[in-house]
Amino acid sequence: MVTNDTIGPRGRRSNRRFRERGGVSVYPATFEYFAPTSVDEALDTLERFGDEAKVLAGGQSLIPLMKLRIAAPSALVDIGRIDGLDALEERDGRLEIGALVTHADCEKSDLLRGRYGVLGATAPLVSDPIVRNRGTVCGSVAHADPQGDWGSALLALGAEVVAQGPDGERAIPLEDFCSGPFMTALEPAEIVTSIRTADPGPRAGGTYLKLERKVGDFATVGVAVHVSLDNGTIGRAGIALTGVGPTNVKATAAEDALAGAAPDDDAIAEAARLAAEAAQPLDDVRGSAEYKRNVVRVYTERGLRTAIAAAQS
Amino acid sequence: MAVQEAVVTTPLTVTVNGQERAEEVETRLLLVHFLRETLGLTGTHVGCDTTSCGACTVLVDGTPMKSCTMFAVQAEGRELTTVEGLEGAGGPPPIQEAFSAEHGLQCGFCTPGMMLTSIALLEQSPSPTDEEIRWAISGNVCRCTGYQNIVKAVHHAAAAMKEGS
Amino acid sequence: MAVAHEIRGLGHSVRRKEDARFIRGKGNYVEDISLPGMLHLELLRSPVAHARIVSIDTSRAEALPGVVAVVTGELMAQHSLAWMPTLSGDTQAVLATDKVRFQGQEIAAVVAESAYIAKDALELIDVEYDLLPAVTSPQQALEPAAPLIRDDKEGQESNHIYDWEAGDKEATEKALAEADKIVELETFYPRCHPAPLECCGCVADVNPATGKATIYMTSQAPHAHRTLFALVAGLPEHQIRIVSPDIGGGFGNKVPIYPGYVVATAASLLIGRPVKWIEDRTGNLISTGFARDYHMKGELALKDGKMTGLRVNLLSDNGAFFADAQPTKFKAGLFHIVTGSYDIPAAHVVTKGAYTNKAPGGVAYRCSFRVTEASYLIERLVQTAAYELGVDPVELRMKNFVQPEQMPYESATGFLYDSGDYPAAMNLALEKLGYDELRSEQAAAREEGRLLGIGVAFFTEVVGAGHGKEYDIAGLRMFDSAELRVHPTGKAILKLGVRSQGQGHETTFGQIIAHELGIPYEDVEVQEGDTDNTPYGLGTYASRSTPVAGAAASMISRELREKARKIAGHLLEVSEDDLEWETGRFFVKGSPDRAVTIQDIAFAAYTNLPDGLQAGLEGVHYYDPPNMTFPYGAYAVVVEIDRGTGEWRVQRMVAVDDCGVRINPMIVEGQIMGGLTEGYGIAAMELITFDDDGNCIGSTFMDYLLPTAWETPVFELGETSVPSPHHPLGAKGVGESATVGSPAAYVNAVIDALAHAGVRNIDMPVTSDKVWHALAEVGLAE
Repeated sequence: MVTNDTIGPRGRRSNRRFRERGGVSVYPATFEYFAPTSVDEALDTLERFGDEAKVLAGGQSLIPLMKLRIAAPSALVDIGRIDGLDALEERDGRLEIGALVTHADCEKSDLLRGRYGVLGATAPLVSDPIVRNRGTVCGSVAHADPQGDWGSALLALGAEVVAQGPDGERAIPLEDFCSGPFMTALEPAEIVTSIRTADPGPRAGGTYLKLERKVGDFATVGVAVHVSLDNGTIGRAGIALTGVGPTNVKATAAEDALAGAAPDDDAIAEAARLAAEAAQPLDDVRGSAEYKRNVVRVYTERGLRTAIAAAQS
Repeated sequence: MAVQEAVVTTPLTVTVNGQERAEEVETRLLLVHFLRETLGLTGTHVGCDTTSCGACTVLVDGTPMKSCTMFAVQAEGRELTTVEGLEGAGGPPPIQEAFSAEHGLQCGFCTPGMMLTSIALLEQSPSPTDEEIRWAISGNVCRCTGYQNIVKAVHHAAAAMKEGS
Repeated sequence: MAVAHEIRGLGHSVRRKEDARFIRGKGNYVEDISLPGMLHLELLRSPVAHARIVSIDTSRAEALPGVVAVVTGELMAQHSLAWMPTLSGDTQAVLATDKVRFQGQEIAAVVAESAYIAKDALELIDVEYDLLPAVTSPQQALEPAAPLIRDDKEGQESNHIYDWEAGDKEATEKALAEADKIVELETFYPRCHPAPLECCGCVADVNPATGKATIYMTSQAPHAHRTLFALVAGLPEHQIRIVSPDIGGGFGNKVPIYPGYVVATAASLLIGRPVKWIEDRTGNLISTGFARDYHMKGELALKDGKMTGLRVNLLSDNGAFFADAQPTKFKAGLFHIVTGSYDIPAAHVVTKGAYTNKAPGGVAYRCSFRVTEASYLIERLVQTAAYELGVDPVELRMKNFVQPEQMPYESATGFLYDSGDYPAAMNLALEKLGYDELRSEQAAAREEGRLLGIGVAFFTEVVGAGHGKEYDIAGLRMFDSAELRVHPTGKAILKLGVRSQGQGHETTFGQIIAHELGIPYEDVEVQEGDTDNTPYGLGTYASRSTPVAGAAASMISRELREKARKIAGHLLEVSEDDLEWETGRFFVKGSPDRAVTIQDIAFAAYTNLPDGLQAGLEGVHYYDPPNMTFPYGAYAVVVEIDRGTGEWRVQRMVAVDDCGVRINPMIVEGQIMGGLTEGYGIAAMELITFDDDGNCIGSTFMDYLLPTAWETPVFELGETSVPSPHHPLGAKGVGESATVGSPAAYVNAVIDALAHAGVRNIDMPVTSDKVWHALAEVGLAE
């Protein structure tokens, strides 16, 4: 015997809620709304509600889930009115992306070309142009969707998430941040205040390749590639994959194989092979596992060529 | 799942099409419903519920955003422009005129969002290429026109705006 | 009174009258309607595909503040409204009482003070299900041990619905036996959905004092819907008023009657307040009129490169309630058009229909009753034949076309094609494309390892139903109507039985009157959609507005013109035989200065009449077309395939359409480009599919993909014009042409890129994944 409550979630997100309840809601459940003007004030509210509260920035991931009532927090803490969270700048040898920086801000930023090319290439491929005007990079990362694009770009670059909580600030390397699909190392009373990454050096380049079925789609496969050159050989390489694992996947073996190698066809082909090996794709409506694995290989090759050329220029 | 029966409201002040509006709204009220139901501005449409179609696009401080994926309370203090706010005393502005002249609309359901997105594009890029236009409107779905005449309409408006300025 | 200098009748690309409100956000769609005291209705839908309903507990929902009523199937049954008839004589559950038969089926409805509260209350309805195995394909449905879906129907012992055949079996078998080549193709035209940007909905307002039911609804066929409401609900028909206001796209989605309309009307009747139901997108995609879902096998017999016979075997997935057009009645579309544009002397078609645990439908999506599937099959089959014979696909088509001198042409399955010059349309498309140069380019590209494909498709559509003797909907003959009222000052109102969903009727039909009577189109107001205020008609679908209602508008104008002639004779004091008509005026033969304008005549019709003539210049015409019309076209597509990812990009898309005489060329081209885009969507990405449990994949726009401006090809249009000999204006209808004709062109282009390696078929949607697997199989993948 099955009831509306026991038909559990099975697979695809957009249909999951339907299977649980029979008919999706398109209106969120009731919640209390807070619009603090400082991080401290926001943290106070978060502490008060514990995991019943959610942080709201652009809301382009959270609000769709609330409309489907997959998420039904009893309080929302809107950080949109806090000053100082909208920086997109290089400071003290680091690039900083504040919590309120939108995808569109990144798309337009001259800073995110060249050395930070992997970020600049990712921004215009996130969702669609209207969503990019409102959605934020930090919000997207905190949402930890395995099909999220920023996770891969930031993994490839070796970025870290800066979180502020009741006990102060801490930096969490991106590879430690996502613990599973939609799961992160954040405590309930912590806020992501920025993402930052070290200067990759003057001879660096990167790109992001995304296979999507149409604009606005999640990635069937995404490959983020970053390369820093050191006297003509590859110093550090970052490769990370979207849509082919329970989180964004860091292709460590491929990165290691490239480190110290000459940027030639053999090295690229070997790295692409290793990246494909690191992918953990599943068969689904977007394509077979075999297909996705091949796209990882093809995109890694193409991405490395672009990134190396950019680093050399 | 527990359903909260208590209604939670909050005061909201926004400027809509140049006019300041102060209302007490439910916190969970989506901006599109605030515009349509509370203010009766029904030119903003709902097409999909999943942030996919752009029929609900409005300008928030001049930037296109999907009003179905924003709570009304998030618009506090902002300036909103809906399709109803496009027309001044001098007849339809170039974008509206252009959509009609180039047959850039059929059923009219996507048209308000499509025009608002186009206006924001022309603000940033007064002489866009075909490719730029198609990219800029790729968050707005049209089911009728096949987009080609919309692209022509944006060019048409761009030319008219240059002539007018 | 002076004649306006610019009448702008036929052939003028005048701007649309309806634009003025749409560009200002002043359209009036159903969702924009708000009545005093109005309540909101939301539907609870089945989370599972097949289950017995053990119990429904609505008590928690009813207790929620703001909830006015919860309606279940049991309550509907008390009013004999738990079930309703479909378009094809089957029955469909309004709210489930016994079982749920597809995921998304309507189970209960909450009526509340706001839509938010109604949605809240849905969460509080407790339904207990006894799960049954789901049937998710027609093949599975027809297995002897398959679970019985329609145990509600007496005598229904399997999931089999119908067997139906057309054509000449014996002659076709003979052709196959004598052929020197038989080419086969098995292909699946998947389930897709019209997905207009506006979902379905209604505001039902039953006045408790008068009993009059006014229902504002998203209806492509308001008059037919009024009659069905009367028959189903037992309401007196004069007490029902259907108003179909502005419609945000239809494409066939708004032809059927859906449970939401019925429940909202019943709720308004029971509660005594207006009730609004607006479907959400998931409700739209998961439960309303799907399209296609046809498994097809074709065998084409050839002798000396001539097509001599065609055998087609079809298996139709109809979902849980058979709501397709009744196949024994509808020669229209279906597979009588299966021989397409080719002179094939023998054809035989067998169709089998089955119930499955999926949503009902089948009539929708810019398609005249399965003509889309038929067109796709023959064009894919002809393409396959060309590769098998080693001849150019265009050459094979040219050799086998129905020739202009054969028109009117009776096909092997009995349609009488009204007119056409197929080689001319094909030649124009090839010329625009630069076909021969492209073939050289393709060969050169292949040398470099690049894969270009050039796909061609030619289609012949059959639209404009009836005539009424042969075609009906639920017994209602498929005529259509126009009522013209010319006012004393020469301005006019035209009332129609059809309903635009974006096609621009207010403009096109004004131009028809302008052409026929010389009243400037700006002076003609076109009214549609309100059954209290317009003559009876069957509605807008199957590209029938211009062929049928357009003809009615012409005919009533001509009738009024004859009356005008009498008045003109009276005014000019000559015999009416001495008068000559030119657009907008009568003049005395030989004395063109002695004339009266239509405006003068209109004024006289109310002020200065000859003895014995009734006052007024008004009339209504019901037009029953003598035959269907047969628009056609040649489409050509160039694609390049990425060998690493399997992605294919359209580089060129040339579309030459012949829809007879074009009334407003701008609007016609708009229809064509919209159809080419939907055709692209179907070929590339639009898909409603199901997992083995019957869960619908494709129930939001995150999964049911619509092309954006970025993916949509650039179109190069061309035109030929062979008028329809039997339509008063020579027009043929065009709304569906491009959706019918273009999917095969896109797919043929992809296959063409791979044909040299032996690839013959990839089923739609042609996803990059499928293309890559095809590449890999023949060793072309990167």
